[in-house]
Amino acid sequence: MNTEVQTTTPEAPKLGEAVRVLLAKPTHDCHDRGVRLVARKFRDAGFEVIFSNFLLPSEIINTAVEEDVQVIGVSTSAGGHMPVFEDLIAGLKENGLEDVILIGGGVIPADDEAVLKDWGVKAVFGPGTTAEDAIDLIRAEFGGPA
Amino acid sequence: MAAQARNADYYRDNLLSGNRVALARAITAVENDRADAAAVLQTIYGQVGRAQLIGITGAPGAGKSTLVNAVVRELRGQDRKVGVVAVDPSSPFSGGAILGDRIRMSEHGNDDGVFVRSLASRGHLGGLSRAAARVVDVMDAAGMDAIIVETVGTGQSEVEIMEIAQTVVVVCAPGLGDEIQAVKAGILEIADILVVNKADMPLADRTERQLRDAMRARRRDGWEVPVMRTVATTGDGTADLVAKAAEHFARLPAAARVHAARGRMHKLLAATAAEQVRAGVQGLRGEAVDALCEAVLRGEMDYAEAARRAARLAVADPGSGHDPG
Repeated sequence: MNTEVQTTTPEAPKLGEAVRVLLAKPTHDCHDRGVRLVARKFRDAGFEVIFSNFLLPSEIINTAVEEDVQVIGVSTSAGGHMPVFEDLIAGLKENGLEDVILIGGGVIPADDEAVLKDWGVKAVFGPGTTAEDAIDLIRAEFGGPA
Repeated sequence: MAAQARNADYYRDNLLSGNRVALARAITAVENDRADAAAVLQTIYGQVGRAQLIGITGAPGAGKSTLVNAVVRELRGQDRKVGVVAVDPSSPFSGGAILGDRIRMSEHGNDDGVFVRSLASRGHLGGLSRAAARVVDVMDAAGMDAIIVETVGTGQSEVEIMEIAQTVVVVCAPGLGDEIQAVKAGILEIADILVVNKADMPLADRTERQLRDAMRARRRDGWEVPVMRTVATTGDGTADLVAKAAEHFARLPAAARVHAARGRMHKLLAATAAEQVRAGVQGLRGEAVDALCEAVLRGEMDYAEAARRAARLAVADPGSGHDPG
Protein backbone atom coordinates (compact mmCIF):
# COMPACT_ATOMS: atom_id res chain seq x y z
CA MET A 1 0.00 0.00 0.00
CA ASN A 2 1.35 3.35 -1.00
CA THR A 3 0.87 5.69 1.90
CA GLU A 4 2.67 8.94 2.58
CA VAL A 5 2.77 10.90 5.75
CA GLN A 6 1.30 14.32 5.40
CA THR A 7 1.54 16.24 8.62
CA THR A 8 -1.00 18.92 7.88
CA THR A 9 -2.87 20.52 5.02
CA PRO A 10 -1.42 23.91 4.07
CA GLU A 11 -4.51 25.89 5.11
CA ALA A 12 -5.08 24.15 8.40
CA PRO A 13 -3.53 25.77 11.47
CA LYS A 14 -1.61 23.53 13.80
CA LEU A 15 -3.81 23.20 16.82
CA GLY A 16 -2.25 21.61 19.83
CA GLU A 17 0.47 23.75 21.27
CA ALA A 18 0.70 27.50 20.96
CA VAL A 19 2.87 30.29 22.25
CA ARG A 20 0.97 31.97 25.08
CA VAL A 21 1.35 35.73 25.43
CA LEU A 22 -0.08 37.97 28.14
CA LEU A 23 -0.88 41.51 26.97
CA ALA A 24 -1.57 44.03 29.69
CA LYS A 25 -1.59 47.70 30.46
CA PRO A 26 -0.77 49.28 33.80
CA THR A 27 -3.79 50.56 35.71
CA HIS A 28 -3.04 54.25 35.32
CA ASP A 29 -2.98 54.19 31.52
CA CYS A 30 -6.17 54.18 29.44
CA HIS A 31 -4.59 54.28 25.95
CA ASP A 32 -5.58 50.77 24.91
CA ARG A 33 -6.19 51.04 21.16
CA GLY A 34 -2.65 50.00 20.36
CA VAL A 35 -2.64 46.93 22.54
CA ARG A 36 -5.99 45.82 21.12
CA LEU A 37 -4.56 45.96 17.63
CA VAL A 38 -1.49 44.03 18.75
CA ALA A 39 -3.76 41.40 20.34
CA ARG A 40 -5.51 40.82 17.01
CA LYS A 41 -2.24 40.67 15.10
CA PHE A 42 -0.86 38.17 17.61
CA ARG A 43 -3.96 36.03 17.29
CA ASP A 44 -3.57 36.07 13.51
CA ALA A 45 0.05 35.01 13.99
CA GLY A 46 -1.21 31.90 15.81
CA PHE A 47 -0.45 32.99 19.37
CA GLU A 48 -2.84 32.44 22.26
CA VAL A 49 -3.24 35.93 23.68
CA ILE A 50 -4.38 36.38 27.24
CA PHE A 51 -5.86 39.83 27.06
CA SER A 52 -6.27 41.58 30.33
CA ASN A 53 -6.33 45.32 30.51
CA PHE A 54 -5.40 47.71 33.28
CA LEU A 55 -3.64 45.64 35.91
CA LEU A 56 -1.35 46.37 38.82
CA PRO A 57 2.13 44.88 38.44
CA SER A 58 1.26 42.24 41.07
CA GLU A 59 -1.86 41.34 39.10
CA ILE A 60 0.16 41.06 35.89
CA ILE A 61 2.53 38.64 37.64
CA ASN A 62 -0.34 36.59 39.10
CA THR A 63 -1.94 36.37 35.68
CA ALA A 64 1.35 35.32 34.08
CA VAL A 65 1.72 32.60 36.72
CA GLU A 66 -1.81 31.24 36.33
CA GLU A 67 -1.78 31.33 32.55
CA ASP A 68 1.76 29.91 32.27
CA VAL A 69 2.67 32.38 29.53
CA GLN A 70 6.01 32.50 27.76
CA VAL A 71 5.80 36.22 26.98
CA ILE A 72 4.47 39.26 28.82
CA GLY A 73 3.84 42.34 26.69
CA VAL A 74 3.27 45.55 28.59
CA SER A 75 1.83 48.50 26.72
CA THR A 76 2.40 51.87 28.31
CA SER A 77 1.76 55.30 26.84
CA ALA A 78 1.31 57.53 29.87
CA GLY A 79 4.72 57.49 31.51
CA GLY A 80 5.38 55.91 34.87
CA HIS A 81 6.60 52.75 33.20
CA MET A 82 9.92 52.40 35.00
CA PRO A 83 8.55 51.39 38.43
CA VAL A 84 6.06 49.09 36.69
CA PHE A 85 8.83 47.20 34.91
CA GLU A 86 10.89 47.18 38.10
CA ASP A 87 8.03 45.49 39.96
CA LEU A 88 7.46 43.05 37.11
CA ILE A 89 11.09 41.96 36.96
CA ALA A 90 11.15 41.48 40.73
CA GLY A 91 7.86 39.57 40.60
CA LEU A 92 9.06 37.21 37.89
CA LYS A 93 12.21 36.46 39.86
CA GLU A 94 10.22 35.91 43.06
CA ASN A 95 8.12 33.24 41.31
CA GLY A 96 11.04 31.57 39.57
CA LEU A 97 9.79 32.74 36.18
CA GLU A 98 13.03 34.18 34.86
CA ASP A 99 12.42 32.24 31.63
CA VAL A 100 9.40 34.43 30.82
CA ILE A 101 10.23 37.08 28.22
CA LEU A 102 9.21 40.63 29.00
CA ILE A 103 8.61 43.10 26.17
CA GLY A 104 7.39 46.68 26.21
CA GLY A 105 5.43 48.79 23.79
CA GLY A 106 3.80 52.18 23.47
CA VAL A 107 5.63 55.38 24.25
CA ILE A 108 8.88 54.74 26.07
CA PRO A 109 11.73 57.27 25.70
CA ALA A 110 15.02 56.01 24.26
CA ASP A 111 16.94 56.69 27.49
CA ASP A 112 14.47 54.56 29.44
CA GLU A 113 14.60 51.88 26.76
CA ALA A 114 18.32 51.49 27.27
CA VAL A 115 17.87 51.11 31.01
CA LEU A 116 15.01 48.63 30.60
CA LYS A 117 17.10 46.47 28.30
CA ASP A 118 19.87 46.62 30.83
CA TRP A 119 17.38 45.29 33.41
CA GLY A 120 16.58 42.35 31.14
CA VAL A 121 13.56 43.58 29.16
CA LYS A 122 13.92 41.75 25.85
CA ALA A 123 12.70 44.47 23.52
CA VAL A 124 10.78 47.72 23.41
CA PHE A 125 8.46 48.42 20.48
CA GLY A 126 7.82 52.13 20.28
CA PRO A 127 6.41 54.45 17.60
CA GLY A 128 7.49 53.38 14.12
CA THR A 129 7.63 49.69 14.90
CA THR A 130 4.93 47.26 13.81
CA ALA A 131 3.20 44.33 15.44
CA GLU A 132 5.06 42.15 12.94
CA ASP A 133 8.37 43.19 14.51
CA ALA A 134 7.16 41.80 17.83
CA ILE A 135 5.78 38.68 16.14
CA ASP A 136 9.15 38.06 14.49
CA LEU A 137 10.91 38.36 17.81
CA ILE A 138 8.54 35.95 19.55
CA ARG A 139 8.81 33.44 16.71
CA ALA A 140 12.57 33.68 16.82
CA GLU A 141 12.42 32.75 20.50
CA PHE A 142 9.77 30.03 20.43
CA GLY A 143 9.34 28.92 16.83
CA GLY A 144 5.86 28.67 15.42
CA PRO A 145 4.43 29.16 11.95
CA ALA A 146 6.54 31.35 9.66
CA MET B 1 8.67 25.97 24.62
CA ALA B 2 10.27 27.79 27.45
CA ALA B 3 8.69 25.83 30.26
CA GLN B 4 10.67 22.65 30.58
CA ALA B 5 9.09 19.36 31.51
CA ARG B 6 9.03 18.59 35.24
CA ASN B 7 9.29 15.15 36.75
CA ALA B 8 6.96 13.27 39.06
CA ASP B 9 8.88 14.37 42.16
CA TYR B 10 8.33 18.01 41.30
CA TYR B 11 4.60 17.57 40.95
CA ARG B 12 4.28 15.36 44.03
CA ASP B 13 6.11 17.92 46.16
CA ASN B 14 4.43 21.03 44.78
CA LEU B 15 1.12 20.38 43.05
CA LEU B 16 -0.93 18.86 45.84
CA SER B 17 0.29 21.44 48.34
CA GLY B 18 -1.22 24.17 46.19
CA ASN B 19 1.90 25.79 44.70
CA ARG B 20 0.51 28.08 42.01
CA VAL B 21 3.42 27.82 39.61
CA ALA B 22 3.29 24.02 39.82
CA LEU B 23 -0.47 24.09 39.20
CA ALA B 24 -0.03 26.31 36.15
CA ARG B 25 2.73 24.10 34.73
CA ALA B 26 0.70 20.95 35.39
CA ILE B 27 -2.22 22.42 33.47
CA THR B 28 0.06 23.23 30.54
CA ALA B 29 1.44 19.69 30.63
CA VAL B 30 -1.99 18.07 30.32
CA GLU B 31 -3.25 20.71 27.89
CA ASN B 32 -0.37 20.11 25.50
CA ASP B 33 -0.09 16.36 26.11
CA ARG B 34 3.52 17.03 26.97
CA ALA B 35 5.93 14.38 28.15
CA ASP B 36 5.33 15.16 31.82
CA ALA B 37 1.52 14.90 31.52
CA ALA B 38 1.77 11.29 32.73
CA ALA B 39 3.62 12.45 35.86
CA VAL B 40 0.84 14.95 36.53
CA LEU B 41 -1.91 12.39 36.08
CA GLN B 42 -0.04 9.98 38.36
CA THR B 43 0.25 12.66 41.00
CA ILE B 44 -3.42 13.58 40.99
CA TYR B 45 -4.69 10.00 40.84
CA GLY B 46 -6.91 9.33 43.83
CA GLN B 47 -6.99 13.03 44.70
CA VAL B 48 -9.89 14.09 42.50
CA GLY B 49 -13.64 14.09 43.09
CA ARG B 50 -13.71 16.51 46.02
CA ALA B 51 -14.48 19.81 44.35
CA GLN B 52 -17.86 21.19 43.47
CA LEU B 53 -17.98 21.64 39.70
CA ILE B 54 -20.23 24.32 38.28
CA GLY B 55 -20.61 24.82 34.54
CA ILE B 56 -21.62 28.17 33.09
CA THR B 57 -22.76 28.27 29.49
CA GLY B 58 -24.85 30.43 27.20
CA ALA B 59 -24.80 32.56 24.08
CA PRO B 60 -22.01 35.07 23.40
CA GLY B 61 -22.70 38.30 25.27
CA ALA B 62 -25.14 36.77 27.74
CA GLY B 63 -22.79 37.79 30.55
CA LYS B 64 -21.12 34.49 31.40
CA SER B 65 -17.75 35.91 32.41
CA THR B 66 -19.29 38.68 34.48
CA LEU B 67 -21.54 36.16 36.18
CA VAL B 68 -18.53 33.93 36.89
CA ASN B 69 -16.85 36.93 38.49
CA ALA B 70 -19.87 37.52 40.74
CA VAL B 71 -20.16 33.83 41.63
CA VAL B 72 -16.46 33.73 42.53
CA ARG B 73 -16.97 36.72 44.82
CA GLU B 74 -19.83 34.91 46.52
CA LEU B 75 -17.84 31.69 46.97
CA ARG B 76 -14.87 33.64 48.33
CA GLY B 77 -17.26 35.14 50.86
CA GLN B 78 -17.73 31.56 52.08
CA ASP B 79 -13.95 31.27 52.29
CA ARG B 80 -13.74 28.57 49.64
CA LYS B 81 -10.84 28.25 47.23
CA VAL B 82 -12.08 28.73 43.70
CA GLY B 83 -10.70 27.59 40.37
CA VAL B 84 -12.00 28.98 37.09
CA VAL B 85 -11.51 27.35 33.69
CA ALA B 86 -12.57 29.75 30.95
CA VAL B 87 -12.65 28.57 27.35
CA ASP B 88 -12.58 30.89 24.34
CA PRO B 89 -12.51 29.87 20.67
CA SER B 90 -9.35 29.40 18.62
CA SER B 91 -9.23 31.00 15.20
CA PRO B 92 -9.91 28.38 12.54
CA PHE B 93 -7.54 30.30 10.26
CA SER B 94 -4.46 30.99 12.34
CA GLY B 95 -4.94 28.68 15.31
CA GLY B 96 -4.39 31.70 17.53
CA ALA B 97 -6.86 33.02 20.07
CA ILE B 98 -7.73 36.03 22.14
CA LEU B 99 -8.58 34.80 25.61
CA GLY B 100 -10.44 37.69 27.19
CA ASP B 101 -12.67 36.16 29.83
CA ARG B 102 -10.47 37.27 32.68
CA ILE B 103 -10.99 40.93 31.84
CA ARG B 104 -14.31 40.59 33.68
CA MET B 105 -12.65 38.83 36.59
CA SER B 106 -9.84 41.25 37.35
CA GLU B 107 -11.20 42.07 40.82
CA HIS B 108 -9.81 38.69 41.90
CA GLY B 109 -6.42 39.34 40.32
CA ASN B 110 -4.60 39.63 43.64
CA ASP B 111 -6.51 36.94 45.53
CA ASP B 112 -4.48 33.80 46.23
CA GLY B 113 -7.72 31.90 46.84
CA VAL B 114 -8.68 32.21 43.19
CA PHE B 115 -6.95 30.55 40.25
CA VAL B 116 -8.16 31.46 36.77
CA ARG B 117 -6.95 29.63 33.69
CA SER B 118 -7.96 30.53 30.15
CA LEU B 119 -8.04 27.75 27.56
CA ALA B 120 -8.33 28.06 23.80
CA SER B 121 -10.71 25.57 22.20
CA ARG B 122 -7.96 24.52 19.73
CA GLY B 123 -10.39 23.26 17.13
CA HIS B 124 -12.39 21.18 19.57
CA LEU B 125 -16.14 21.48 19.11
CA GLY B 126 -18.63 21.08 21.91
CA GLY B 127 -17.98 24.31 23.80
CA LEU B 128 -14.85 23.26 25.66
CA SER B 129 -11.34 22.18 24.75
CA ARG B 130 -10.16 18.61 24.51
CA ALA B 131 -8.11 18.92 27.68
CA ALA B 132 -10.73 20.80 29.74
CA ALA B 133 -11.83 17.77 31.77
CA ARG B 134 -8.25 16.99 32.76
CA VAL B 135 -7.53 20.62 33.60
CA VAL B 136 -10.51 20.52 35.97
CA ASP B 137 -9.13 17.34 37.59
CA VAL B 138 -5.73 18.98 38.11
CA MET B 139 -7.35 21.98 39.81
CA ASP B 140 -9.46 19.63 41.91
CA ALA B 141 -6.37 17.74 43.11
CA ALA B 142 -4.58 21.03 43.83
CA GLY B 143 -7.18 21.77 46.47
CA MET B 144 -9.79 23.98 44.85
CA ASP B 145 -13.08 23.65 46.76
CA ALA B 146 -15.15 24.81 43.83
CA ILE B 147 -14.32 24.94 40.13
CA ILE B 148 -16.28 26.97 37.65
CA VAL B 149 -16.05 26.00 34.00
CA GLU B 150 -17.08 28.67 31.52
CA THR B 151 -17.70 27.46 27.97
CA VAL B 152 -17.20 29.39 24.77
CA GLY B 153 -20.25 31.39 23.75
CA THR B 154 -22.59 28.62 22.71
CA GLY B 155 -25.29 28.07 20.13
CA GLN B 156 -27.49 25.04 20.19
CA SER B 157 -25.36 21.97 20.41
CA GLU B 158 -22.38 22.71 22.61
CA VAL B 159 -23.57 20.48 25.40
CA GLU B 160 -20.27 18.90 26.42
CA ILE B 161 -20.25 20.91 29.64
CA MET B 162 -22.75 18.44 31.09
CA GLU B 163 -20.04 15.75 31.00
CA ILE B 164 -17.84 17.80 33.30
CA ALA B 165 -20.00 19.92 35.56
CA GLN B 166 -22.20 18.54 38.30
CA THR B 167 -24.42 21.58 38.01
CA VAL B 168 -24.94 23.24 34.63
CA VAL B 169 -26.05 26.87 34.68
CA VAL B 170 -27.39 28.13 31.36
CA VAL B 171 -27.27 31.92 31.12
CA CYS B 172 -29.72 33.81 28.94
CA ALA B 173 -29.95 37.53 28.30
CA PRO B 174 -33.19 39.45 27.85
CA GLY B 175 -34.28 40.75 24.49
CA LEU B 176 -33.06 37.83 22.46
CA GLY B 177 -36.56 36.49 21.93
CA ASP B 178 -35.72 34.48 18.85
CA GLU B 179 -32.69 33.11 20.56
CA ILE B 180 -34.85 31.56 23.23
CA GLN B 181 -36.85 29.81 20.57
CA ALA B 182 -33.63 28.59 19.04
CA VAL B 183 -32.16 27.19 22.21
CA LYS B 184 -35.29 25.46 23.40
CA ALA B 185 -34.36 22.17 21.85
CA GLY B 186 -30.63 22.23 22.42
CA ILE B 187 -28.86 23.81 25.27
CA LEU B 188 -31.85 24.46 27.53
CA GLU B 189 -32.21 20.72 27.95
CA ILE B 190 -28.90 20.39 29.78
CA ALA B 191 -29.67 23.16 32.29
CA ASP B 192 -29.88 22.31 35.98
CA ILE B 193 -30.39 26.00 36.66
CA LEU B 194 -31.55 28.64 34.20
CA VAL B 195 -30.46 32.21 34.73
CA VAL B 196 -31.88 35.35 33.19
CA ASN B 197 -28.91 37.66 33.49
CA LYS B 198 -29.13 41.44 32.95
CA ALA B 199 -32.43 41.14 34.80
CA ASP B 200 -32.57 44.90 35.22
CA MET B 201 -33.21 45.31 31.52
CA PRO B 202 -36.75 46.01 30.28
CA LEU B 203 -37.37 42.72 28.50
CA ALA B 204 -36.25 40.55 31.43
CA ASP B 205 -39.77 39.76 32.58
CA ARG B 206 -40.76 38.50 29.17
CA THR B 207 -37.63 36.39 28.87
CA GLU B 208 -38.21 34.90 32.29
CA ARG B 209 -41.80 34.07 31.40
CA GLN B 210 -40.73 32.41 28.15
CA LEU B 211 -38.16 30.33 29.94
CA ARG B 212 -40.63 29.27 32.63
CA ASP B 213 -43.01 28.21 29.87
CA ALA B 214 -40.26 26.27 28.14
CA MET B 215 -39.23 24.63 31.40
CA ARG B 216 -42.71 23.80 32.62
CA ALA B 217 -42.90 20.28 33.95
CA ARG B 218 -39.27 19.69 33.06
CA ARG B 219 -37.78 17.54 35.77
CA ARG B 220 -34.59 15.55 35.80
CA ASP B 221 -34.13 12.98 38.53
CA GLY B 222 -36.67 14.75 40.69
CA TRP B 223 -34.99 18.14 40.25
CA GLU B 224 -37.18 20.94 39.02
CA VAL B 225 -35.10 23.33 36.92
CA PRO B 226 -35.40 26.79 38.51
CA VAL B 227 -35.42 30.01 36.50
CA MET B 228 -33.45 32.64 38.41
CA ARG B 229 -32.70 36.31 37.82
CA THR B 230 -29.30 37.93 38.20
CA VAL B 231 -27.61 41.23 37.48
CA ALA B 232 -24.03 40.06 37.29
CA THR B 233 -22.57 43.56 37.13
CA THR B 234 -24.02 44.42 40.55
CA GLY B 235 -24.06 40.91 42.02
CA ASP B 236 -27.85 40.95 42.47
CA GLY B 237 -29.20 37.42 42.64
CA THR B 238 -25.83 35.67 42.72
CA ALA B 239 -26.10 34.67 46.38
CA ASP B 240 -29.34 32.86 45.56
CA LEU B 241 -27.74 31.29 42.52
CA VAL B 242 -24.78 29.98 44.53
CA ALA B 243 -27.17 28.63 47.19
CA LYS B 244 -29.22 26.89 44.51
CA ALA B 245 -26.10 25.34 42.98
CA ALA B 246 -25.07 24.09 46.43
CA GLU B 247 -28.52 22.58 46.88
CA HIS B 248 -28.19 20.78 43.56
CA PHE B 249 -24.67 19.62 44.42
CA ALA B 250 -25.80 18.28 47.80
CA ARG B 251 -28.22 15.90 46.08
CA LEU B 252 -25.34 14.18 44.35
CA PRO B 253 -24.12 11.12 46.24
CA ALA B 254 -20.35 10.91 46.74
CA ALA B 255 -20.20 7.59 44.93
CA ALA B 256 -21.65 9.23 41.85
CA ARG B 257 -18.69 11.59 41.67
CA VAL B 258 -16.18 8.77 41.43
CA HIS B 259 -18.40 7.10 38.90
CA ALA B 260 -18.61 10.37 37.00
CA ALA B 261 -14.82 10.52 36.77
CA ARG B 262 -14.74 7.06 35.22
CA GLY B 263 -17.57 7.94 32.85
CA ARG B 264 -15.72 11.11 31.83
CA MET B 265 -12.57 9.12 31.17
CA HIS B 266 -14.53 6.70 29.01
CA LYS B 267 -15.89 9.57 26.93
CA LEU B 268 -12.48 11.21 26.78
CA LEU B 269 -10.97 8.00 25.48
CA ALA B 270 -13.72 7.74 22.90
CA ALA B 271 -13.17 11.32 21.78
CA THR B 272 -9.41 10.96 21.60
CA ALA B 273 -9.65 7.65 19.79
CA ALA B 274 -12.07 9.22 17.32
CA GLU B 275 -9.63 12.05 16.69
CA GLN B 276 -6.80 9.59 16.14
CA VAL B 277 -8.85 7.57 13.67
CA ARG B 278 -10.02 10.73 11.91
CA ALA B 279 -6.45 11.97 11.59
CA GLY B 280 -5.39 8.55 10.40
CA VAL B 281 -8.07 8.42 7.71
CA GLN B 282 -7.28 12.00 6.68
CA GLY B 283 -3.63 11.04 6.35
CA LEU B 284 -4.27 7.99 4.19
CA ARG B 285 -2.71 8.19 0.76
CA GLY B 286 -2.65 5.75 -2.07
CA GLU B 287 -4.69 3.39 -4.19
CA ALA B 288 -6.68 1.78 -1.43
CA VAL B 289 -8.24 4.98 -0.16
CA ASP B 290 -8.66 6.38 -3.68
CA ALA B 291 -10.60 3.23 -4.58
CA LEU B 292 -12.88 3.66 -1.57
CA CYS B 293 -13.68 7.27 -2.49
CA GLU B 294 -14.30 6.34 -6.11
CA ALA B 295 -16.56 3.47 -5.10
CA VAL B 296 -18.75 5.79 -3.01
CA LEU B 297 -18.81 8.45 -5.75
CA ARG B 298 -19.91 5.86 -8.31
CA GLY B 299 -22.61 4.60 -5.97
CA GLU B 300 -21.07 1.16 -5.68
CA MET B 301 -20.47 1.27 -1.96
CA ASP B 302 -22.44 2.94 0.77
CA TYR B 303 -20.87 5.69 2.79
CA ALA B 304 -20.92 3.89 6.13
CA GLU B 305 -19.22 0.79 4.73
CA ALA B 306 -16.51 2.89 3.06
CA ALA B 307 -15.92 4.72 6.34
CA ARG B 308 -15.59 1.42 8.20
CA ARG B 309 -13.01 0.19 5.69
CA ALA B 310 -11.12 3.49 5.77
CA ALA B 311 -10.97 3.33 9.56
CA ARG B 312 -9.60 -0.22 9.33
CA LEU B 313 -6.93 0.94 6.86
CA ALA B 314 -5.93 3.79 9.17
CA VAL B 315 -5.78 1.61 12.27
CA ALA B 316 -3.80 -1.07 10.43
CA ASP B 317 -1.24 1.54 9.47
CA PRO B 318 -1.17 4.14 12.24
CA GLY B 319 2.04 5.64 10.85
CA SER B 320 0.12 7.06 7.93
CA GLY B 321 -1.77 9.57 10.01
CA HIS B 322 -0.44 12.49 11.96
CA ASP B 323 -0.72 12.79 15.69
CA PRO B 324 -3.52 15.21 16.43
CA GLY B 325 -2.07 16.06 19.83
